[in-house]
Amino acid sequence: MSDGNKTIAGWFTLVYVSETSLASGSFEQLAMPHFERLYNFACWLTQDRQEAEDLVQETYTKALKGFASFQQGTNFRAWIYKILRNTFLTSRTGLKATATVPLDVEGEEEVLPTAKETPESILLQRSDWQLLQQAMERLPVTYREVLLLCEVEEMSYQEISSTLGIPIGTVMSRLSRARKTLRADLRPGVQEG
Amino acid sequence: MVCESWKAKLDTYLDGELPEEEMREFDAHVRGCPSCSADALTRVQMKRAILLAGKRFTPSAEFRKRIQQGVAPQPQRSFGLSFGLRWALAAAAVILVIGMLTISYVSSRSGRDQIYSEVADLHVAALASSSPVDVVSTDRHTVKPWFQGKIPFAFNLPELQNTEFSLLGGRMTYLDQTPGAHLIYDIRKHHISVLVFQERSLKLSASWDETSLAPKRLPFNMETWSQGGLRYFVIGDANAADIDSLAKLFKATS
Repeated sequence: MSDGNKTIAGWFTLVYVSETSLASGSFEQLAMPHFERLYNFACWLTQDRQEAEDLVQETYTKALKGFASFQQGTNFRAWIYKILRNTFLTSRTGLKATATVPLDVEGEEEVLPTAKETPESILLQRSDWQLLQQAMERLPVTYREVLLLCEVEEMSYQEISSTLGIPIGTVMSRLSRARKTLRADLRPGVQEG
Repeated sequence: MVCESWKAKLDTYLDGELPEEEMREFDAHVRGCPSCSADALTRVQMKRAILLAGKRFTPSAEFRKRIQQGVAPQPQRSFGLSFGLRWALAAAAVILVIGMLTISYVSSRSGRDQIYSEVADLHVAALASSSPVDVVSTDRHTVKPWFQGKIPFAFNLPELQNTEFSLLGGRMTYLDQTPGAHLIYDIRKHHISVLVFQERSLKLSASWDETSLAPKRLPFNMETWSQGGLRYFVIGDANAADIDSLAKLFKATS
């Protein structure tokens, strides 16, 4: 009798494991291509490699656990970036980084006059990536994340809106302010040297 | 002044996020406006610089392996069958197991019932015979030696002093093509048969229940047990307590 029970239990275990593994296999195929970029994004947010690893690991754990709630055919990249970003916001570093959030003010964009020597031209002349990276690090996290999603992850405004959970108008205004702040930071006389 | 309104949308234009119609108008304007064209060029260069500078951090191979192991499907004994087919096989396996268990149980019960039935037949046949016993004696020391050379084993008969039982005699019998001893006892005018066989010679099921009583459809009380390599049956129309008392006398003797 006990052998019989083991046989039946074995079959049900096999079937259950197989179905779980199918879901897991599908998740792996969707999630792993984003691994490097998620880690890079996490490093930019946390500015600490160990914290970034923890953040990415927790993101994958949460995403795998909640994969059943993901609607097939929708934007997986926006879905997993949103999990990472929300996980970051609830972390100690995230709470600290967002304690002072710049106000989103629309319609106050400064139109910089065309000048002979622009931040871009200076940067290109120096070919100093470190200078740019330091300026990006100094950006408030709300500007840094939207700039990275747009310029590095090359997401559309709609994707950024989904990832950050903010309206497209706010995406545009934050992006504009991020660029403006970055340009101002790179302007001669602002940074050292 | 006209260019200022264009420049306000320059980043959106370079992000490719303006409506299609506006994008075409912007293209045309940039081609004809040196100022906007120069601005567009520097901002494109800036976008390019941010893209390169932004791809700054690379995960270690060890970390990648850790994540990969965490999300990889667990090793499985999958045969590459479809979901439906696997469930069908699982259901078939369950039915097969249940079927085998049922057949085994029915077979076991059937064998057991058959033995009960044959033992009851032996008891009735003996009592219906004109000579129920071949050795007529109330003395166990007479009956026991009578079996010597007739059956391939020896057994002890209980002392009946201070009991209501009396020995009427004994005869040879066969059960399941196995020779055995058939003793007949009397208690208050009820006859009780005690049958003894070699356990290993009987094709009894391994699931034989030592304490099981006769099936209710048999009009007798019965007890059976195994002791010293012998299988004992005590059967009769006496009450269950009497059957049990005689069984205990044999158990104490053997």
